[in-house]
Amino acid sequence: MAVSHDLRTFKNAAWLGWQMEANWTDPFVFATYSIVKPVAGSLILVFMYLVITGGETQTPFFSYMFIGNAFYMFVAEVLFGVTWVIHDDREHYMTLKQVYIAPIKFYIYVFGRAAIKIAITTVGVLVTLAFGVIWLGVEIDLGAVDWMVFIPALLVGLLTMLIMGLALGGVTFLTAKHGMGINEGIAGVFYVLSGVIFPITVLPEWAQSISYLLPVTYWMEALRRGLSPDLMTSLSGATGLSDFSNLEILLTLALSAVAFLFISSAIFRYADKTARRKGKIDWTTSY
Amino acid sequence: MQSAVEVKGLTRVFEPKKKKEGKSVTALNKVDLRIESGELFGLLGPNGAGKTTLLKILSTLLLPTAGKAFVAGFDVEKDFTEVRKRINMVSGGEISGYGLLTVKENLWMFTQFYGMKSSVAKQRIDELLTQFGLADKKDEKVRTLSTGQRQKMNVIRGFVTDPEIIFLDEPTLGLDVNASRVIRDFIVDWVQAKENRTVLLTTHYMMEADQLCDRIAIIDDGRILACDTPENLKKLVKMNRTLKLDVTSLKDTSKFGSIAGVEQFTFQDDAEKNQTYLKFILTHDSAVTDIISEVQRKGARILSLQKTEPTLEDVFIKMVGKGFE
Repeated sequence: MAVSHDLRTFKNAAWLGWQMEANWTDPFVFATYSIVKPVAGSLILVFMYLVITGGETQTPFFSYMFIGNAFYMFVAEVLFGVTWVIHDDREHYMTLKQVYIAPIKFYIYVFGRAAIKIAITTVGVLVTLAFGVIWLGVEIDLGAVDWMVFIPALLVGLLTMLIMGLALGGVTFLTAKHGMGINEGIAGVFYVLSGVIFPITVLPEWAQSISYLLPVTYWMEALRRGLSPDLMTSLSGATGLSDFSNLEILLTLALSAVAFLFISSAIFRYADKTARRKGKIDWTTSY
Repeated sequence: MQSAVEVKGLTRVFEPKKKKEGKSVTALNKVDLRIESGELFGLLGPNGAGKTTLLKILSTLLLPTAGKAFVAGFDVEKDFTEVRKRINMVSGGEISGYGLLTVKENLWMFTQFYGMKSSVAKQRIDELLTQFGLADKKDEKVRTLSTGQRQKMNVIRGFVTDPEIIFLDEPTLGLDVNASRVIRDFIVDWVQAKENRTVLLTTHYMMEADQLCDRIAIIDDGRILACDTPENLKKLVKMNRTLKLDVTSLKDTSKFGSIAGVEQFTFQDDAEKNQTYLKFILTHDSAVTDIISEVQRKGARILSLQKTEPTLEDVFIKMVGKGFE
């Protein structure tokens, strides 16, 4: 009974999320937007790379950067997605209190809303990667993909992002719009320190120490190893994680997911109770 | 029999963000209250009296600073999951809703969060939309609705899940006469239609409280000043009479309050009409002569005079020491 109610909550939250994401325009405009947005976002970085390297794209580092940047969309969208649900429901639609007092597990509602973000972002990531492979020569050979690494890495990584998003969602209970700044800061830390667009070996040692503590570092490495094993072999020694086997990378990622599950649940529960104590659940700031 | 709501020594203090920024505010001060199952209970008080704070605590949106609150026998602090299965809440003036969804979709989604069967939910939504005169709007996007229509939709959202206990925070606030009447009639019918349905209603409107409620609590400054049936509350000022006078503009009203036989005195100036409205609660009819003499002594002219029996408003003024204005 409880499980079916949770599933129903998830399904309806996901449906609501889909309406929010896709229902603002007609399907053709939405489809076009879904394709153009991620590609345009990646092109900014591509042009920067071309300017710096003098137009060279046929290098392992270009593919390294392009793949990392494509998958980083998940980090940004999921972390922002989860927290935006709370902010938007509270400040814009003013429905947070109504959803909050409903007999549901609130985090399941949030995960349902975020699931649609993940689905839409998945399309964006696929479009970006396809664009990179077809037009820019990004090194991905579907025949060479190590699915046994890629699929678990993708799923565990997404789960980790959702779990981390939950903690940030808790923080959003206690903050107004400036809570988004916290998310941007955290997403920025991941972007710089997790080997998203450049290997962590280029960072100073103290920064590398932080990189090794971030789950996104292992996630990006595992995704690249799964998706383009040859590329990562050619970069062996340069990424800073060459000593880890594929299994060790996946296990580290899984362990970080478990660790963050405990940390994020504790933060969310604490923030939830604090928000009730301080009267912030139905707080509108007119930001 | 299980009380629908039981509140014991409930206190809620709001601390300022920074201690330098001001004093703490005691919104509820050791409130004791018991609402029986099946009651339509009113909470009457001016702005800032603590009405909404009490409703927020009972609906699990806010934690108390001290004391205990139970809804359907469950502690709102510890057993909030059980409380939420049995309640719903509607706030007046509420224009919330997912603007991209239609009215029907908005309502349907909430029924699903409350575990209602889809077919039952759809039928109930249609019934309520018809009752509230919104049937022709069911497929309209919420963003296209007027403020009043959005409010009605929110009232429907509260009732569509068929809660055991519903908290209504000024549900007719800002609505036109017809819409208010529809909602008031619906509330009365709803509570009577099934045993053990309970309504806790806060309102500014004396007439609304008088007309709807089985019992009323008058609250001010976070304290319950009186709690009884409207009839019994009026008996508290049974011995008194009310005198209302409209006079030409009076500059000095300082003496009226001290006239023998005057228990309460309030007044309101209308600069536009150049008139002053005086209202007295009298313990002795003999005060009427002295009041009229005082009006004449101040050089004002009496435009109208009305002597009435006590109303709920008079009870409120007696308890709180001031009107809503």
